[in-house]
Amino acid sequence: MSTIASTSTVTAARVREGLVNSRRDTLGIVFQVILLLSLLASLVILLVLLADVLSKAFPVYADRGIDFLTSPLSSNPDKAGIVQGIVGTAILALVVAAVAFPFGLMTAIYLEEYAADTRLTRFIQVNIRNLAGVPSVVYGLLGLSVFVALFQSLGMGNGRNVLAGGATLAVLVLPIVVITSIEALRAVPIAIREAGYGVGASRWEVTRQLVLPAATPGVLTGTVLALSRALGETAPLILAGAVLGSFSGLSIDRLFTGSYTALPVIVYDWSRRPQEAFRADAAAAIVALLVITLFANAIAIYFRNRYEQTW
Amino acid sequence: MTQLATQDATEPARIPAPATASDEADGGAAPAVGASAAPVALRIERVHDTRATIDAAAHDERDAEAAAEPVIRIEDVHFYYSKFRAVKDVSIQFAPQKITALIGPSGCGKSTLLRTINRMNDLIPGTRVEGKVLYHGVDLYDAGVDAVEVRRRIGMVFQKPNPFPKSIYDNIAFGPRIIGAKGNMDEIVESSLRRAALWDDVKDKLKQSGLALSGGQQQRLCIARAIATSPDVILMDEPCSALDPRSTLQIEELMFELKQNYTIIIVTHNMQQAARASDYTVFLNMADDRAGFVVEEGPTLGIFTNPTNQLTEDYVSGRFG
Repeated sequence: MSTIASTSTVTAARVREGLVNSRRDTLGIVFQVILLLSLLASLVILLVLLADVLSKAFPVYADRGIDFLTSPLSSNPDKAGIVQGIVGTAILALVVAAVAFPFGLMTAIYLEEYAADTRLTRFIQVNIRNLAGVPSVVYGLLGLSVFVALFQSLGMGNGRNVLAGGATLAVLVLPIVVITSIEALRAVPIAIREAGYGVGASRWEVTRQLVLPAATPGVLTGTVLALSRALGETAPLILAGAVLGSFSGLSIDRLFTGSYTALPVIVYDWSRRPQEAFRADAAAAIVALLVITLFANAIAIYFRNRYEQTW
Repeated sequence: MTQLATQDATEPARIPAPATASDEADGGAAPAVGASAAPVALRIERVHDTRATIDAAAHDERDAEAAAEPVIRIEDVHFYYSKFRAVKDVSIQFAPQKITALIGPSGCGKSTLLRTINRMNDLIPGTRVEGKVLYHGVDLYDAGVDAVEVRRRIGMVFQKPNPFPKSIYDNIAFGPRIIGAKGNMDEIVESSLRRAALWDDVKDKLKQSGLALSGGQQQRLCIARAIATSPDVILMDEPCSALDPRSTLQIEELMFELKQNYTIIIVTHNMQQAARASDYTVFLNMADDRAGFVVEEGPTLGIFTNPTNQLTEDYVSGRFG
C-alpha cells in the first residue's frame, strides 16, 4: 500500500511487486496443518480399529465362509455361527424403524407445526433433548420393567422376546428421531408455509403436502442415524432379555415370542470367553454387524435421494 | 474505486436526458434512479401518460365507481404484536376492480395492515386485531369465520417469490386441487398461466421445477397460483422489490390486466410504482409511538399532484422515507 502511494510513477513492474505475496500467512498455514492433523488422527484411529477387526475376522471367513453366517450359536468356537444374531438384529431394526419413525415424526410434527410456543412445549423440547443423552443402560431397565413385563402379562412366554428388545431400542432412539425431525421441519422456509396458507390451504394441507415433502430428506437422515445407533447397542438388550450364550430354536412360529439375541450381544459375549478362538469369531461378527449397518444406511440414503429428486 | 467515481461523475449529466427522450425505454429504468427531488415532474408526467392510455375507457365509469360498494372496508382497526401497537385507528375502504397502493416509510405497518385483510397475521402468535375488517359487509374477524375460507377468497402474492418446491404445473394446480375445483385441471393451469402472462415462457416445461425459473417468472408464477383459485381480491406485498426493472414493468402491466377481474391491493416502497400502477393511494406514516396510521388517502393522481397534507407532499416528493 505505502509503496504504491509513495512512488510518483506507476509501472507494471512496481504494481506486480506490490501484488505478489509480501506477507506470509503463517498462522493460517499453521491452522490448516492442525486441522489436517486432527482429521488424520481420527482417521488413523478408525483405520487401526478396522484393520485390527478385519485381520482377525479374515481367517474365520476364509476357513468357514458362509457357514459362519448360517450356523447357530455354539459353545464350540469352531462351530459357532451368528445366524441367530443376524436374524435378531434384522428384526430389531424393523421393530425400531416401525415404532420410532412414526412416533418420532408425529411428535416432531405436533411440537413444531401444531403446538403453541408456550413454556410447556419449550420445557418438553428441552427434556426430549436431555433424554437423548440418558445412558442406554437406563433404557434397558425401562425395557425390563415395562416391555418385558408387558409381553409376559400378554402371555408371550417369559416376555424376553425380540419385540421387547425392539421396543426398548425404539424408545432409546426416539429422542434422536424427534430432534432431527424437528430440525428438518424447522429448516423448511416459512415462505413455503405462507404460500400454502395464502392460496387457502388448511394447516393439515400445508403440513402434509408442502412441509413434510420438503422435510422428508432430513427426517430420513435422522432416522438412519437413529437406526445405526440402535443396531450397535448392547447393554439395553442384555437387560431387556437378549440371551447371552447359546440357545436353540429361532423357529418361525416362535420368532417373536421365543429367545433372541443380536449381533452386538454376541460380540460382547464372545469377547469375554476364555478361548482365544472366540476372539476371532467376535471380530467376524463385528464385520457382519458393520455390513448390516451399512446396508441399512444405504437403503435410507436411497430413499432420501429419491425424495429429493421429486422436486 | 475509480470506476465508481467515474460513474458518479457522469450520472447527473445522464439523468435529465430520458425525461424528454423516449418514455417507453425509460419506464423500465426509472425505479432504479431513486427518489431525488429532481424527477418529480417527470414522474407526474408519466402518471398522466399511463393513466391517459390505460384508463381512458374507464374514465366515464369513474363517477359510478365512487358510489360502488367497496369490496373491503376497514373500520377503526388497531393491530397489536403482543403489547406493541403496530397499526392504529385505520379506517379505509377498497373499491372493486381497482388497484389501491399502500405507501409509506419502512416500518409504518403497510404490510401488517395488508396481512390483516386475509388474516395472514393469524399465523404469528401473540397478534391481535381490534376493529372491523369487512369483506362485502362481513367482519372477517367474527367468531365462526374460517381463516382458510377467507384466504381462498382473498389471495396473496408475497414480497419474495415463493413458488412451492414442485413442478410449474403442480404450483398452479395446488390451490384448485385443495378447494376441489371443478373442471379440467389442465385448462385451469393453462388459463391461469396465460392470465399471468407466463404461458408462452413455460408451456413446454410444465413438469420442471418452479424454482428453476427466473425471479420475474417466479413472481408471475406466484400470481398465476394466486388467481388459479379464482379469488375476489389479490393482496400484493411489495411484489416487485426483489425484481429487476424489466420484470417490475411486466408485473405492473399484468396488474392492469388483472384489475378487470380482481380487486388488487398492493404494498409498495416504490413511489413511482404507486404513481404508475395504482388508481387509489393510501399513505401511511409512523406516529411517535411507532404505530402506523393513515395520513391521507384518495385517487392516486391527487395524492401525487395535489396532496392536502404536508407530510404526504414531503413523502411523495422524496423529502423523507
